[in-house]
Amino acid sequence: MSELTSLTIAAARAGLRAKKFSAAELAEAHLVAMERARALNAYVLETPERAHAMAKASDARIAKGEAHALEGIPLAIKDMFCTANVRTTAGSHILDNFIPTYDSTVSSQLWRDGAVLLGKTNNDEFAMGSSNETSFMGPVTSPWRRKGSNTPLVPGGSSGGSAAAVAAHLALGATGTDTGGSIRQPAAFTGTVGIKPTYGRCSRWGIVAFASSLDQAGPFTRSVRDAAILLRSMAGHDPKDTTSVDLEVPDYEAAVGASVKGLKIGIPKEYRVDGMPAEIEKLWEQGRAWLEKAGAQMVEVSLPHTKYALPAYYIVAPAEASSNLARYDGVRYGLREPARDIGGLYEATRAKGFGKEVRRRIMIGTYVLSAGYYDAYYLRAQKVRTLIKQDFEDAFASGIDAMLTPATPSAAFGIGEKTGADPIEMYLNDVFTVTVNMAGLPGISVPAGLDGQGLPLGLQLIGRPFDEATLFSLGQVIEDAAGRFTPERWWA
Amino acid sequence: MSVDSATVRRIAHLARIAVADDEVEHLRGEINSILAFVEQLSEVDVAGVEPMTSVTPMVMKKRADEVTDGGDADAVLRNAPAREGNFFLVPKVVE
Repeated sequence: MSELTSLTIAAARAGLRAKKFSAAELAEAHLVAMERARALNAYVLETPERAHAMAKASDARIAKGEAHALEGIPLAIKDMFCTANVRTTAGSHILDNFIPTYDSTVSSQLWRDGAVLLGKTNNDEFAMGSSNETSFMGPVTSPWRRKGSNTPLVPGGSSGGSAAAVAAHLALGATGTDTGGSIRQPAAFTGTVGIKPTYGRCSRWGIVAFASSLDQAGPFTRSVRDAAILLRSMAGHDPKDTTSVDLEVPDYEAAVGASVKGLKIGIPKEYRVDGMPAEIEKLWEQGRAWLEKAGAQMVEVSLPHTKYALPAYYIVAPAEASSNLARYDGVRYGLREPARDIGGLYEATRAKGFGKEVRRRIMIGTYVLSAGYYDAYYLRAQKVRTLIKQDFEDAFASGIDAMLTPATPSAAFGIGEKTGADPIEMYLNDVFTVTVNMAGLPGISVPAGLDGQGLPLGLQLIGRPFDEATLFSLGQVIEDAAGRFTPERWWA
Repeated sequence: MSVDSATVRRIAHLARIAVADDEVEHLRGEINSILAFVEQLSEVDVAGVEPMTSVTPMVMKKRADEVTDGGDADAVLRNAPAREGNFFLVPKVVE
């Protein structure tokens, strides 16, 4: 049975339709694997009963010849997505007993298409982190280890549980959210494929809000084709999210394997940052060579405001977070810490319910939005954001079809290695991914190789708005050249 | 720009987060380290630049102003930490 968990979504789809195995068998194989892998802490909630029921319904539809696009495909859902009658915590103490009465639009579309829920995956508290270490439910241990070492490594974050679950074969695919790199960085750290689509491509309705102008949902998978399959189901216009775009969702899978001949690929020179490890530089070069061999043309481009993306992000994201998280007041849902008066109730509830990183970001956000500081910080950051977006628009206007960059400045690090006194050290993880959120563009991270210690590294492709299809075509070229990467199983 | 401990307490109050006395100094250090990091934005020339207000240029869709949902107090109150009938319960606000 164990080989069932190693299938791609495309292969499982074919196997289910050919009745080589049932959706029930496929779900069961995953539930067994999940139980054995609890040491990773990838799941914060397993939903075996629901998985069995959904798989049974899928088998019935397959038998009647009524299979939908994702019929019987077992998936993990990041705990930022509300799931009806299934606990949704956002990795926070303040929501650790929250049971939504509704599904997020994205998850409901997965169920509409026949997918099976295996459970909810761990994430940094309110998706604020790059290592999954800020989760109230504890850190996730990456299924990857350095060669000859037992040091537990982070899977990246904030979607660390989803990335680990997909890499460790505890789900065929998973959902993530990406505000500054929370899909692409963990994908790179775990050797999985992760795409953050264009802002507006997926509905944000029913996803626990972090920074509304930056948040986007996207899939984690073990192949580029699988990412194309999942995104097609996740994307689409939703009247309940006014920032979701009313554009037809293309058949992304048709772009997988399409020729990239003649495409112009921008190589942004500002991404060649000081102190970039030689291995990352080499990987990037390798990626350029692969795309060139497939007929694409490399063009050096300049995105002059790149270095300001991360500081601008650390104004915009906390500002929006401080507003969004004002709703956690101990009155309508979530944790309540009793106090004598209403003000005391708010203050005590929020002090106890939010972890350190979340409190810090709310306070930064409150400060930059406060009277007298708004113009100096928030307004200036939003102007810088316009300039960052303009850089990309200029490059695309000059005929660039997509850009190639490293996904992260390093491979995965050890648990506890970067949680020291200076929060900036952790923030620097997102230096290559955050620009994409600031400009609202699509970005995909594709596994491209292993470093000297045997850890996965990823390359990022950045596309024009709503041109995810080109990213899938280019991503497939990298996957064909680099191959796929699977961690050696050291857990039970 | 950097903040002093009085400002840390003021921000905490604005954010409605109780902060213990022994946390203030630590928070001050962290907040100042982030403020120092974002300080580099002051070197960018933003004269005449419009602040970003919409990530994707689009006209917001509008719908008819009519009730499309509601009438389910039980679902709304399901996760309430304290309720009485169809009301959320809070400590006395008005004397």
